[in-house]
Amino acid sequence: MTFLLRRALFYLVTLWAAITANFLLPRLLPGDPVQAMITKLGGRLNSDAMASLYVLFGLDENKSIWEQYVDYWASLVRGDLGLSFTFFPTPVADVLSQSMPWTLGLVGVTTVIAFLLGTLLGVYAGWKRGSWMDNLIPITTFLSSIPYFWLGLIAISLFSVTWPLFPASGGYAPGLVPEFSGEFIGSVLEHAVLPGITIVVSSVAGWILGMRNMMVTVTAEDYVLVARAKGLTQKRIMFAYAARNAVLPSISGFALSLGFIVGGALLVEMVFSYPGLGYVLFQGIGAKDYPLMQGVFLVITLAVLVANLLADIGYLLLDPRTRREG
Amino acid sequence: MNFKTKLGLGILAFFALLAVIGEWIAPYDPSAMSDDLLSPPSGAHWFGTTMTGQDIFSQVLVGTRGVMVVGLVCGVLATFLSILVGVTAGFLGGAADEALSMLSNIFLVIPALPLIIIVASMLPSADTVLIAAVISLTAWAWGARILRAQTMSLRRRDFVEAARASGERTWRIIVFEVLPNLLAVIGSGFVGTVIFAVMLQITLSFVGVISLSTWNWGTILFWAQSNQALGLGAWWWFVPAGLCIALLGTALALINFGIDEYANPRLRKVRA
Repeated sequence: MTFLLRRALFYLVTLWAAITANFLLPRLLPGDPVQAMITKLGGRLNSDAMASLYVLFGLDENKSIWEQYVDYWASLVRGDLGLSFTFFPTPVADVLSQSMPWTLGLVGVTTVIAFLLGTLLGVYAGWKRGSWMDNLIPITTFLSSIPYFWLGLIAISLFSVTWPLFPASGGYAPGLVPEFSGEFIGSVLEHAVLPGITIVVSSVAGWILGMRNMMVTVTAEDYVLVARAKGLTQKRIMFAYAARNAVLPSISGFALSLGFIVGGALLVEMVFSYPGLGYVLFQGIGAKDYPLMQGVFLVITLAVLVANLLADIGYLLLDPRTRREG
Repeated sequence: MNFKTKLGLGILAFFALLAVIGEWIAPYDPSAMSDDLLSPPSGAHWFGTTMTGQDIFSQVLVGTRGVMVVGLVCGVLATFLSILVGVTAGFLGGAADEALSMLSNIFLVIPALPLIIIVASMLPSADTVLIAAVISLTAWAWGARILRAQTMSLRRRDFVEAARASGERTWRIIVFEVLPNLLAVIGSGFVGTVIFAVMLQITLSFVGVISLSTWNWGTILFWAQSNQALGLGAWWWFVPAGLCIALLGTALALINFGIDEYANPRLRKVRA
Protein backbone atom coordinates (compact mmCIF):
# COMPACT_ATOMS: atom_id res chain seq x y z
CA MET A 1 0.00 0.00 0.00
CA THR A 2 2.97 2.34 0.38
CA PHE A 3 2.79 2.94 -3.37
CA LEU A 4 -0.75 4.31 -3.18
CA LEU A 5 0.01 6.29 -0.04
CA ARG A 6 3.01 7.92 -1.70
CA ARG A 7 0.95 8.79 -4.74
CA ALA A 8 -1.89 10.19 -2.64
CA LEU A 9 0.59 12.31 -0.74
CA PHE A 10 2.03 13.58 -4.02
CA TYR A 11 -1.44 14.55 -5.26
CA LEU A 12 -2.12 16.41 -2.04
CA VAL A 13 1.09 18.39 -2.49
CA THR A 14 0.14 19.10 -6.11
CA LEU A 15 -3.28 20.32 -5.05
CA TRP A 16 -1.66 22.56 -2.47
CA ALA A 17 0.68 23.93 -5.15
CA ALA A 18 -2.21 24.63 -7.52
CA ILE A 19 -4.21 26.40 -4.83
CA THR A 20 -1.21 28.42 -3.74
CA ALA A 21 -0.49 29.41 -7.35
CA ASN A 22 -4.09 30.53 -7.61
CA PHE A 23 -3.64 32.57 -4.47
CA LEU A 24 -0.37 34.17 -5.54
CA LEU A 25 -1.05 34.94 -9.21
CA PRO A 26 -3.43 37.87 -8.79
CA ARG A 27 -1.15 39.25 -6.06
CA LEU A 28 2.07 38.99 -8.05
CA LEU A 29 0.96 40.17 -11.45
CA PRO A 30 0.48 43.86 -12.11
CA GLY A 31 -2.88 45.40 -12.83
CA ASP A 32 -5.99 45.24 -10.73
CA PRO A 33 -8.83 44.07 -12.93
CA VAL A 34 -10.91 42.74 -10.06
CA GLN A 35 -10.82 46.10 -8.30
CA ALA A 36 -11.93 47.71 -11.55
CA MET A 37 -14.77 45.24 -11.87
CA ILE A 38 -15.90 45.83 -8.28
CA THR A 39 -15.90 49.56 -8.88
CA LYS A 40 -17.92 49.06 -12.02
CA LEU A 41 -20.50 46.83 -10.38
CA GLY A 42 -20.63 49.36 -7.55
CA GLY A 43 -23.78 49.18 -5.52
CA ARG A 44 -24.97 45.91 -7.00
CA LEU A 45 -22.56 43.88 -4.88
CA ASN A 46 -23.72 43.13 -1.37
CA SER A 47 -21.20 43.35 1.45
CA ASP A 48 -20.72 39.57 1.76
CA ALA A 49 -19.87 39.18 -1.91
CA MET A 50 -17.54 42.15 -1.77
CA ALA A 51 -15.79 40.69 1.27
CA SER A 52 -15.22 37.33 -0.40
CA LEU A 53 -13.77 38.94 -3.55
CA TYR A 54 -11.46 40.97 -1.33
CA VAL A 55 -10.27 37.79 0.33
CA LEU A 56 -9.82 35.85 -2.92
CA PHE A 57 -7.93 38.56 -4.78
CA GLY A 58 -6.01 40.14 -1.95
CA LEU A 59 -7.48 43.60 -2.24
CA ASP A 60 -7.46 44.08 1.50
CA GLU A 61 -4.26 46.08 1.89
CA ASN A 62 -4.33 46.11 5.68
CA LYS A 63 -3.69 42.41 6.11
CA SER A 64 -0.36 40.67 5.94
CA ILE A 65 0.14 38.16 3.15
CA TRP A 66 0.01 35.35 5.70
CA GLU A 67 -3.37 36.50 7.06
CA GLN A 68 -4.63 36.76 3.49
CA TYR A 69 -3.48 33.19 2.83
CA VAL A 70 -5.30 31.86 5.88
CA ASP A 71 -8.48 33.72 4.90
CA TYR A 72 -8.16 32.37 1.37
CA TRP A 73 -8.06 28.79 2.59
CA ALA A 74 -11.01 29.44 4.89
CA SER A 75 -13.02 30.66 1.88
CA LEU A 76 -12.09 27.63 -0.19
CA VAL A 77 -13.01 25.21 2.57
CA ARG A 78 -16.43 26.87 2.77
CA GLY A 79 -16.73 26.36 -1.01
CA ASP A 80 -16.76 30.12 -1.53
CA LEU A 81 -15.05 30.94 -4.83
CA GLY A 82 -16.46 34.44 -5.13
CA LEU A 83 -19.02 35.82 -7.55
CA SER A 84 -18.85 35.42 -11.29
CA PHE A 85 -18.86 38.69 -13.22
CA THR A 86 -20.03 37.01 -16.41
CA PHE A 87 -23.01 35.29 -14.83
CA PHE A 88 -23.57 38.05 -12.27
CA PRO A 89 -24.77 37.57 -9.53
CA THR A 90 -24.36 33.79 -9.57
CA PRO A 91 -21.59 32.46 -7.30
CA VAL A 92 -18.71 30.81 -9.17
CA ALA A 93 -19.29 27.56 -7.27
CA ASP A 94 -22.82 27.33 -8.70
CA VAL A 95 -21.69 28.00 -12.27
CA LEU A 96 -19.05 25.32 -11.93
CA SER A 97 -21.34 22.71 -10.45
CA GLN A 98 -23.72 23.17 -13.38
CA SER A 99 -21.05 22.79 -16.06
CA MET A 100 -18.92 20.15 -14.33
CA PRO A 101 -21.09 17.11 -15.23
CA TRP A 102 -20.94 18.00 -18.94
CA THR A 103 -17.16 18.12 -18.99
CA LEU A 104 -16.80 15.01 -16.85
CA GLY A 105 -19.14 13.10 -19.14
CA LEU A 106 -17.62 14.24 -22.41
CA VAL A 107 -13.95 14.11 -21.44
CA GLY A 108 -14.27 11.00 -19.30
CA VAL A 109 -15.98 8.88 -21.93
CA THR A 110 -13.89 10.09 -24.88
CA THR A 111 -10.60 9.69 -23.00
CA VAL A 112 -11.40 6.13 -22.04
CA ILE A 113 -12.48 5.34 -25.64
CA ALA A 114 -9.35 6.94 -27.09
CA PHE A 115 -7.10 5.13 -24.63
CA LEU A 116 -8.63 1.69 -25.26
CA LEU A 117 -8.81 2.14 -29.02
CA GLY A 118 -5.33 3.61 -29.32
CA THR A 119 -3.77 0.97 -27.09
CA LEU A 120 -5.41 -1.85 -29.03
CA LEU A 121 -4.33 -0.42 -32.39
CA GLY A 122 -0.85 0.15 -30.97
CA VAL A 123 -0.64 -3.49 -29.84
CA TYR A 124 -1.41 -4.67 -33.38
CA ALA A 125 0.84 -2.09 -35.03
CA GLY A 126 3.76 -3.06 -32.82
CA TRP A 127 3.15 -6.79 -33.17
CA LYS A 128 2.82 -6.66 -36.95
CA ARG A 129 5.77 -4.35 -37.45
CA GLY A 130 6.85 -4.06 -41.06
CA SER A 131 3.35 -4.76 -42.38
CA TRP A 132 0.86 -2.25 -43.79
CA MET A 133 0.10 -1.22 -40.21
CA ASP A 134 3.29 0.87 -40.32
CA ASN A 135 1.46 3.27 -42.63
CA LEU A 136 -0.81 4.08 -39.74
CA ILE A 137 2.03 5.96 -38.07
CA PRO A 138 2.43 8.91 -40.48
CA ILE A 139 -1.35 9.31 -40.72
CA THR A 140 -1.86 9.37 -36.98
CA THR A 141 1.12 11.68 -36.58
CA PHE A 142 -0.51 14.13 -38.93
CA LEU A 143 -3.84 13.84 -37.08
CA SER A 144 -2.18 14.42 -33.72
CA SER A 145 -0.40 17.50 -35.07
CA ILE A 146 -3.74 19.15 -35.77
CA PRO A 147 -4.90 21.36 -32.92
CA TYR A 148 -8.06 20.00 -31.29
CA PHE A 149 -9.98 23.18 -31.87
CA TRP A 150 -9.20 23.33 -35.58
CA LEU A 151 -10.33 19.75 -36.07
CA GLY A 152 -13.52 20.81 -34.31
CA LEU A 153 -13.96 23.70 -36.76
CA ILE A 154 -13.51 21.33 -39.69
CA ALA A 155 -15.95 18.84 -38.17
CA ILE A 156 -18.57 21.60 -37.81
CA SER A 157 -18.04 22.88 -41.33
CA LEU A 158 -18.33 19.38 -42.84
CA PHE A 159 -20.94 17.65 -40.71
CA SER A 160 -23.23 20.45 -39.65
CA VAL A 161 -22.89 23.15 -42.33
CA THR A 162 -22.13 21.28 -45.58
CA TRP A 163 -23.98 18.10 -44.63
CA PRO A 164 -26.24 18.95 -41.68
CA LEU A 165 -26.01 15.60 -39.90
CA PHE A 166 -25.27 16.75 -36.37
CA PRO A 167 -25.92 19.93 -34.41
CA ALA A 168 -23.00 22.40 -34.37
CA SER A 169 -23.33 23.72 -30.86
CA GLY A 170 -24.85 23.29 -27.43
CA GLY A 171 -25.27 20.29 -25.17
CA TYR A 172 -28.92 19.55 -25.97
CA ALA A 173 -31.65 20.94 -28.20
CA PRO A 174 -32.86 24.38 -27.11
CA GLY A 175 -36.32 24.18 -25.56
CA LEU A 176 -35.74 20.84 -23.87
CA VAL A 177 -35.73 20.77 -20.10
CA PRO A 178 -32.88 18.76 -18.55
CA GLU A 179 -34.65 15.72 -17.13
CA PHE A 180 -34.32 11.97 -17.15
CA SER A 181 -36.30 11.25 -20.30
CA GLY A 182 -35.56 9.42 -23.53
CA GLU A 183 -35.94 12.55 -25.60
CA PHE A 184 -33.51 14.57 -23.51
CA ILE A 185 -30.89 11.82 -23.34
CA GLY A 186 -31.18 11.27 -27.09
CA SER A 187 -30.60 14.94 -27.70
CA VAL A 188 -27.58 14.96 -25.37
CA LEU A 189 -26.04 12.02 -27.20
CA GLU A 190 -26.68 13.61 -30.59
CA HIS A 191 -24.97 16.80 -29.47
CA ALA A 192 -22.04 14.90 -28.02
CA VAL A 193 -21.18 13.03 -31.24
CA LEU A 194 -19.13 15.71 -33.02
CA PRO A 195 -17.19 17.02 -30.00
CA GLY A 196 -16.63 13.44 -28.86
CA ILE A 197 -15.27 12.26 -32.21
CA THR A 198 -13.05 15.34 -32.40
CA ILE A 199 -11.45 14.56 -29.05
CA VAL A 200 -11.03 10.86 -29.83
CA VAL A 201 -9.46 11.49 -33.26
CA SER A 202 -6.94 14.00 -32.01
CA SER A 203 -5.95 12.14 -28.86
CA VAL A 204 -5.87 8.56 -30.15
CA ALA A 205 -2.60 8.98 -32.08
CA GLY A 206 -0.48 9.48 -28.97
CA TRP A 207 -1.67 6.20 -27.47
CA ILE A 208 -1.13 4.29 -30.73
CA LEU A 209 2.40 5.55 -31.08
CA GLY A 210 3.43 5.02 -27.45
CA MET A 211 1.97 1.54 -27.36
CA ARG A 212 3.49 0.58 -30.71
CA ASN A 213 6.97 1.60 -29.65
CA MET A 214 6.68 -0.24 -26.35
CA MET A 215 5.39 -3.35 -28.13
CA VAL A 216 8.34 -3.26 -30.51
CA THR A 217 10.72 -3.02 -27.56
CA VAL A 218 8.96 -5.73 -25.55
CA THR A 219 8.71 -8.16 -28.48
CA ALA A 220 12.50 -8.52 -28.41
CA GLU A 221 12.50 -9.58 -24.74
CA ASP A 222 13.46 -13.06 -23.65
CA TYR A 223 10.14 -13.89 -22.02
CA VAL A 224 8.38 -13.37 -25.34
CA LEU A 225 10.88 -15.68 -27.00
CA VAL A 226 10.26 -18.29 -24.29
CA ALA A 227 6.51 -17.96 -24.78
CA ARG A 228 7.02 -18.58 -28.48
CA ALA A 229 9.25 -21.57 -27.76
CA LYS A 230 6.54 -23.03 -25.54
CA GLY A 231 4.29 -22.99 -28.60
CA LEU A 232 1.63 -20.72 -27.15
CA THR A 233 -0.89 -19.22 -29.55
CA GLN A 234 0.03 -15.90 -31.15
CA LYS A 235 -2.94 -14.22 -29.52
CA ARG A 236 -1.94 -15.36 -26.07
CA ILE A 237 1.67 -14.23 -26.50
CA MET A 238 0.54 -10.92 -27.92
CA PHE A 239 -1.87 -10.00 -25.14
CA ALA A 240 -0.84 -11.94 -22.03
CA TYR A 241 2.93 -11.65 -22.48
CA ALA A 242 3.86 -8.69 -24.67
CA ALA A 243 0.94 -6.25 -24.34
CA ARG A 244 0.53 -6.71 -20.61
CA ASN A 245 4.07 -5.53 -20.06
CA ALA A 246 4.07 -2.94 -22.81
CA VAL A 247 0.96 -1.22 -21.47
CA LEU A 248 2.56 -0.17 -18.19
CA PRO A 249 4.31 2.97 -19.51
CA SER A 250 1.08 3.86 -21.30
CA ILE A 251 -0.80 3.79 -18.01
CA SER A 252 1.74 5.85 -16.15
CA GLY A 253 1.80 8.13 -19.20
CA PHE A 254 -1.99 8.32 -19.01
CA ALA A 255 -1.71 10.09 -15.72
CA LEU A 256 0.75 12.64 -17.01
CA SER A 257 -0.90 13.37 -20.34
CA LEU A 258 -4.32 13.80 -18.81
CA GLY A 259 -3.69 17.45 -18.03
CA PHE A 260 -2.82 17.98 -21.67
CA ILE A 261 -5.86 16.10 -22.96
CA VAL A 262 -8.16 18.02 -20.66
CA GLY A 263 -6.73 21.25 -22.07
CA GLY A 264 -7.57 20.10 -25.58
CA ALA A 265 -11.04 19.03 -24.52
CA LEU A 266 -11.69 22.46 -23.03
CA LEU A 267 -10.93 23.95 -26.46
CA VAL A 268 -13.29 21.53 -28.16
CA GLU A 269 -16.01 22.67 -25.77
CA MET A 270 -15.27 26.28 -26.68
CA VAL A 271 -15.60 25.57 -30.38
CA PHE A 272 -18.84 23.61 -29.98
CA SER A 273 -20.29 25.94 -27.32
CA TYR A 274 -20.68 22.78 -25.28
CA PRO A 275 -22.07 23.71 -21.86
CA GLY A 276 -19.04 22.41 -19.92
CA LEU A 277 -16.16 24.04 -18.09
CA GLY A 278 -14.30 24.91 -21.30
CA TYR A 279 -17.10 27.07 -22.60
CA VAL A 280 -17.50 28.69 -19.20
CA LEU A 281 -13.77 29.46 -19.23
CA PHE A 282 -14.11 30.92 -22.72
CA GLN A 283 -16.89 33.24 -21.60
CA GLY A 284 -14.79 34.17 -18.59
CA ILE A 285 -11.82 35.16 -20.80
CA GLY A 286 -13.93 37.59 -22.79
CA ALA A 287 -15.17 39.34 -19.66
CA LYS A 288 -11.85 39.11 -17.75
CA ASP A 289 -13.82 37.22 -15.14
CA TYR A 290 -10.96 36.16 -12.86
CA PRO A 291 -13.02 34.52 -10.09
CA LEU A 292 -14.60 32.29 -12.73
CA MET A 293 -11.36 31.49 -14.55
CA GLN A 294 -9.55 30.61 -11.34
CA GLY A 295 -12.47 28.51 -10.20
CA VAL A 296 -12.36 26.55 -13.47
CA PHE A 297 -8.63 26.00 -13.02
CA LEU A 298 -9.07 24.67 -9.47
CA VAL A 299 -11.91 22.33 -10.35
CA ILE A 300 -10.10 20.94 -13.39
CA THR A 301 -6.94 20.38 -11.40
CA LEU A 302 -8.91 18.53 -8.75
CA ALA A 303 -10.58 16.34 -11.38
CA VAL A 304 -7.25 15.54 -13.05
CA LEU A 305 -5.73 14.55 -9.71
CA VAL A 306 -8.62 12.21 -8.91
CA ALA A 307 -8.33 10.63 -12.37
CA ASN A 308 -4.61 10.18 -11.77
CA LEU A 309 -5.27 8.36 -8.53
CA LEU A 310 -7.64 6.04 -10.41
CA ALA A 311 -4.94 5.37 -13.04
CA ASP A 312 -2.52 4.52 -10.22
CA ILE A 313 -4.96 1.98 -8.85
CA GLY A 314 -5.16 0.46 -12.34
CA TYR A 315 -1.37 0.29 -12.47
CA LEU A 316 -1.34 -1.43 -9.11
CA LEU A 317 -3.73 -4.09 -10.40
CA LEU A 318 -1.65 -4.74 -13.54
CA ASP A 319 1.88 -4.66 -12.17
CA PRO A 320 2.54 -7.08 -9.30
CA ARG A 321 5.91 -5.46 -8.62
CA THR A 322 4.27 -2.37 -7.18
CA ARG A 323 2.19 -4.54 -4.86
CA ARG A 324 5.13 -6.46 -3.47
CA GLU A 325 6.88 -3.27 -2.39
CA GLY A 326 4.32 -2.66 0.36
CA MET B 1 19.03 9.67 -42.22
CA ASN B 2 15.87 8.18 -43.66
CA PHE B 3 13.25 9.70 -45.90
CA LYS B 4 10.86 10.62 -43.09
CA THR B 5 13.49 12.64 -41.27
CA LYS B 6 14.56 14.41 -44.47
CA LEU B 7 10.96 15.28 -45.25
CA GLY B 8 10.53 16.69 -41.75
CA LEU B 9 13.69 18.78 -42.01
CA GLY B 10 12.64 20.00 -45.47
CA ILE B 11 9.25 21.23 -44.28
CA LEU B 12 10.83 22.86 -41.24
CA ALA B 13 13.39 24.65 -43.42
CA PHE B 14 10.56 25.87 -45.66
CA PHE B 15 8.69 27.43 -42.73
CA ALA B 16 11.92 28.86 -41.31
CA LEU B 17 12.52 30.55 -44.65
CA LEU B 18 8.98 31.91 -44.65
CA ALA B 19 9.52 33.26 -41.15
CA VAL B 20 12.41 35.33 -42.45
CA ILE B 21 11.14 36.45 -45.84
CA GLY B 22 7.36 36.18 -45.28
CA GLU B 23 6.94 39.86 -44.61
CA TRP B 24 8.76 40.86 -47.83
CA ILE B 25 7.08 38.44 -50.22
CA ALA B 26 3.55 38.96 -48.89
CA PRO B 27 1.58 40.47 -51.79
CA TYR B 28 -0.57 42.70 -49.55
CA ASP B 29 -0.47 44.35 -46.15
CA PRO B 30 -2.13 41.65 -43.98
CA SER B 31 -4.20 44.21 -42.07
CA ALA B 32 -5.19 46.36 -45.05
CA MET B 33 -8.83 46.19 -45.99
CA SER B 34 -10.05 46.07 -49.57
CA ASP B 35 -13.27 45.86 -51.54
CA ASP B 36 -12.97 42.11 -52.19
CA LEU B 37 -15.12 41.07 -49.25
CA LEU B 38 -15.10 37.38 -48.31
CA SER B 39 -14.06 36.22 -51.75
CA PRO B 40 -12.96 32.60 -52.30
CA PRO B 41 -9.40 31.79 -53.44
CA SER B 42 -8.53 33.36 -56.79
CA GLY B 43 -5.51 34.50 -58.81
CA ALA B 44 -5.45 37.85 -57.00
CA HIS B 45 -5.98 36.35 -53.54
CA TRP B 46 -4.53 32.83 -53.40
CA PHE B 47 -6.18 31.97 -50.08
CA GLY B 48 -9.19 34.28 -50.52
CA THR B 49 -10.11 37.26 -48.37
CA THR B 50 -11.70 37.93 -45.00
CA MET B 51 -14.93 39.66 -44.12
CA THR B 52 -13.17 43.04 -44.35
CA GLY B 53 -11.29 42.18 -47.53
CA GLN B 54 -7.91 41.37 -45.96
CA ASP B 55 -5.71 39.00 -47.93
CA ILE B 56 -5.47 35.68 -46.07
CA PHE B 57 -2.37 34.50 -47.98
CA SER B 58 -0.48 37.56 -46.73
CA GLN B 59 -1.74 36.96 -43.18
CA VAL B 60 -0.42 33.40 -43.24
CA LEU B 61 2.95 34.52 -44.64
CA VAL B 62 3.41 37.36 -42.17
CA GLY B 63 2.10 35.23 -39.30
CA THR B 64 4.74 32.54 -39.78
CA ARG B 65 7.38 34.62 -38.02
CA GLY B 66 5.44 34.96 -34.77
CA VAL B 67 4.87 31.21 -34.67
CA MET B 68 8.48 30.28 -35.37
CA VAL B 69 9.92 32.84 -32.93
CA VAL B 70 7.78 31.57 -30.08
CA GLY B 71 8.65 27.98 -30.96
CA LEU B 72 12.37 28.71 -31.00
CA VAL B 73 12.49 30.89 -27.88
CA CYS B 74 10.40 28.41 -25.89
CA GLY B 75 12.40 25.49 -27.19
CA VAL B 76 15.66 27.05 -26.04
CA LEU B 77 14.38 28.31 -22.66
CA ALA B 78 12.46 25.18 -21.73
CA THR B 79 15.25 22.86 -22.86
CA PHE B 80 17.69 24.82 -20.74
CA LEU B 81 15.37 24.51 -17.71
CA SER B 82 14.82 20.81 -18.30
CA ILE B 83 18.55 20.12 -18.52
CA LEU B 84 19.13 22.15 -15.39
CA VAL B 85 16.47 20.33 -13.37
CA GLY B 86 16.56 16.88 -14.96
CA VAL B 87 20.31 16.32 -15.14
CA THR B 88 20.90 17.78 -11.70
CA ALA B 89 18.22 15.58 -10.18
CA GLY B 90 19.43 12.46 -11.95
CA PHE B 91 23.08 13.04 -11.22
CA LEU B 92 22.88 14.11 -7.59
CA GLY B 93 20.19 11.65 -6.44
CA GLY B 94 19.00 11.60 -2.85
CA ALA B 95 17.00 14.43 -1.37
CA ALA B 96 17.80 16.86 -4.20
CA ASP B 97 16.43 14.31 -6.67
CA GLU B 98 13.25 13.76 -4.62
CA ALA B 99 12.56 17.49 -4.46
CA LEU B 100 13.31 18.24 -8.12
CA SER B 101 11.38 15.22 -9.38
CA MET B 102 8.41 16.25 -7.33
CA LEU B 103 8.64 19.76 -8.76
CA SER B 104 8.63 18.52 -12.35
CA ASN B 105 5.84 16.03 -11.68
CA ILE B 106 3.70 18.79 -10.19
CA PHE B 107 4.21 20.86 -13.33
CA LEU B 108 3.31 17.85 -15.45
CA VAL B 109 0.13 16.97 -13.64
CA ILE B 110 -1.36 20.45 -13.29
CA PRO B 111 -3.38 21.23 -16.45
CA ALA B 112 -1.25 23.84 -18.22
CA LEU B 113 -3.82 25.38 -20.51
CA PRO B 114 -6.21 26.94 -17.96
CA LEU B 115 -3.23 28.11 -15.87
CA ILE B 116 -1.55 29.81 -18.84
CA ILE B 117 -4.84 31.36 -19.92
CA ILE B 118 -5.14 32.95 -16.48
CA VAL B 119 -1.53 34.18 -16.46
CA ALA B 120 -1.65 35.46 -20.04
CA SER B 121 -4.87 37.35 -19.45
CA MET B 122 -3.50 38.98 -16.31
CA LEU B 123 -0.37 40.26 -18.06
CA PRO B 124 -0.73 43.93 -18.93
CA SER B 125 1.10 43.63 -22.25
CA ALA B 126 1.33 40.36 -24.08
CA ASP B 127 4.24 40.68 -26.46
CA THR B 128 5.60 37.63 -28.20
CA VAL B 129 8.72 37.08 -26.12
CA LEU B 130 6.88 37.48 -22.81
CA ILE B 131 4.32 34.89 -23.88
CA ALA B 132 7.13 32.61 -24.97
CA ALA B 133 8.70 32.92 -21.52
CA VAL B 134 5.42 32.08 -19.79
CA ILE B 135 4.89 29.05 -22.02
CA SER B 136 8.45 27.87 -21.30
CA LEU B 137 7.69 27.83 -17.60
CA THR B 138 5.11 25.10 -18.14
CA ALA B 139 6.90 23.27 -20.95
CA TRP B 140 10.13 22.09 -19.34
CA ALA B 141 8.83 19.37 -17.05
CA TRP B 142 8.45 16.54 -19.55
CA GLY B 143 12.01 16.90 -20.81
CA ALA B 144 13.32 17.11 -17.26
CA ARG B 145 11.64 13.83 -16.38
CA ILE B 146 13.16 11.98 -19.32
CA LEU B 147 16.60 13.52 -18.84
CA ARG B 148 16.58 12.54 -15.19
CA ALA B 149 15.92 8.89 -16.05
CA GLN B 150 18.69 8.89 -18.66
CA THR B 151 21.17 10.60 -16.37
CA MET B 152 20.50 8.07 -13.63
CA SER B 153 21.42 5.28 -15.99
CA LEU B 154 24.65 7.07 -16.94
CA ARG B 155 25.69 8.09 -13.46
CA ARG B 156 27.31 4.81 -12.43
CA ARG B 157 28.96 4.00 -15.76
CA ASP B 158 32.68 3.39 -15.71
CA PHE B 159 33.71 6.53 -17.55
CA VAL B 160 31.84 8.69 -15.07
CA GLU B 161 33.34 6.80 -12.15
CA ALA B 162 36.75 7.25 -13.73
CA ALA B 163 36.27 11.00 -14.02
CA ARG B 164 35.11 11.09 -10.42
CA ALA B 165 38.09 9.06 -9.25
CA SER B 166 40.47 11.39 -11.03
CA GLY B 167 39.05 14.21 -8.94
CA GLU B 168 37.01 16.08 -11.54
CA ARG B 169 34.60 18.61 -10.13
CA THR B 170 30.88 17.68 -10.24
CA TRP B 171 29.89 20.38 -12.72
CA ARG B 172 32.76 19.34 -15.00
CA ILE B 173 31.66 15.72 -14.97
CA ILE B 174 28.09 16.77 -15.76
CA VAL B 175 29.03 19.10 -18.61
CA PHE B 176 31.83 17.10 -20.25
CA GLU B 177 31.04 13.47 -19.42
CA VAL B 178 27.28 13.21 -18.99
CA LEU B 179 25.77 15.86 -21.28
CA PRO B 180 27.39 14.68 -24.54
CA ASN B 181 25.77 11.28 -23.98
CA LEU B 182 22.37 12.89 -23.55
CA LEU B 183 22.40 14.84 -26.82
CA ALA B 184 19.82 12.64 -28.58
CA VAL B 185 17.44 12.88 -25.65
CA ILE B 186 17.96 16.63 -25.37
CA GLY B 187 17.37 17.05 -29.10
CA SER B 188 14.14 15.10 -29.06
CA GLY B 189 13.02 17.01 -25.98
CA PHE B 190 13.77 20.28 -27.77
CA VAL B 191 11.69 19.33 -30.79
CA GLY B 192 8.85 18.12 -28.56
CA THR B 193 8.88 21.40 -26.68
CA VAL B 194 8.73 23.41 -29.89
CA ILE B 195 5.60 21.49 -30.95
CA PHE B 196 4.03 22.07 -27.55
CA ALA B 197 4.89 25.79 -27.54
CA VAL B 198 3.64 26.42 -31.06
CA MET B 199 0.34 24.68 -30.33
CA LEU B 200 -0.10 26.55 -27.08
CA GLN B 201 0.65 29.94 -28.63
CA ILE B 202 -1.80 29.34 -31.46
CA THR B 203 -4.39 28.17 -28.98
CA LEU B 204 -3.93 31.25 -26.80
CA SER B 205 -4.34 33.52 -29.83
CA PHE B 206 -7.38 31.55 -30.93
CA VAL B 207 -9.18 31.95 -27.61
CA GLY B 208 -8.22 35.63 -27.63
CA VAL B 209 -6.02 35.98 -24.55
CA ILE B 210 -2.92 37.22 -26.40
CA SER B 211 -3.03 40.59 -28.03
CA LEU B 212 -4.24 40.46 -31.60
CA SER B 213 -2.04 43.27 -32.84
CA THR B 214 0.61 40.93 -34.27
CA TRP B 215 -0.30 38.28 -36.81
CA ASN B 216 0.17 34.59 -36.25
CA TRP B 217 -1.79 31.57 -37.48
CA GLY B 218 -3.88 31.53 -34.30
CA THR B 219 -4.94 35.15 -34.79
CA ILE B 220 -6.27 34.32 -38.26
CA LEU B 221 -8.35 31.53 -36.73
CA PHE B 222 -9.56 33.86 -33.98
CA TRP B 223 -10.93 36.33 -36.52
CA ALA B 224 -12.41 33.53 -38.62
CA GLN B 225 -14.20 32.12 -35.59
CA SER B 226 -15.42 35.45 -34.24
CA ASN B 227 -16.78 36.46 -37.66
CA GLN B 228 -18.74 33.23 -38.06
CA ALA B 229 -16.63 32.05 -41.01
CA LEU B 230 -18.04 28.56 -40.50
CA GLY B 231 -21.66 29.59 -40.79
CA LEU B 232 -20.83 31.68 -43.88
CA GLY B 233 -19.16 28.68 -45.53
CA ALA B 234 -15.87 30.61 -45.80
CA TRP B 235 -13.70 27.51 -45.50
CA TRP B 236 -10.68 29.30 -47.01
CA TRP B 237 -10.56 31.53 -43.94
CA PHE B 238 -9.62 28.78 -41.48
CA VAL B 239 -8.29 25.91 -43.60
CA PRO B 240 -4.86 27.33 -44.68
CA ALA B 241 -3.76 28.40 -41.19
CA GLY B 242 -4.83 25.07 -39.70
CA LEU B 243 -3.04 23.10 -42.40
CA CYS B 244 0.15 25.10 -41.79
CA ILE B 245 -0.03 24.25 -38.08
CA ALA B 246 -0.59 20.58 -38.84
CA LEU B 247 2.24 20.54 -41.40
CA LEU B 248 4.71 22.18 -39.04
CA GLY B 249 3.66 19.82 -36.24
CA THR B 250 4.04 16.79 -38.50
CA ALA B 251 7.46 17.96 -39.69
CA LEU B 252 8.68 18.31 -36.10
CA ALA B 253 7.21 14.93 -35.14
CA LEU B 254 8.98 13.29 -38.11
CA ILE B 255 12.28 14.81 -37.03
CA ASN B 256 11.66 13.41 -33.58
CA PHE B 257 11.05 9.91 -34.98
CA GLY B 258 14.42 10.21 -36.66
CA ILE B 259 16.07 11.10 -33.37
CA ASP B 260 14.21 8.29 -31.55
CA GLU B 261 15.31 5.73 -34.10
CA TYR B 262 18.87 6.97 -33.84
CA ALA B 263 18.78 6.61 -30.06
CA ASN B 264 16.81 3.33 -29.94
CA PRO B 265 17.89 1.04 -32.81
CA ARG B 266 15.05 -1.39 -32.05
CA LEU B 267 12.58 1.10 -33.51
CA ARG B 268 14.35 1.21 -36.86
CA LYS B 269 12.50 -0.19 -39.80
CA VAL B 270 13.05 -3.90 -40.30
CA ARG B 271 14.33 -4.71 -43.75
CA ALA B 272 12.29 -7.46 -45.31
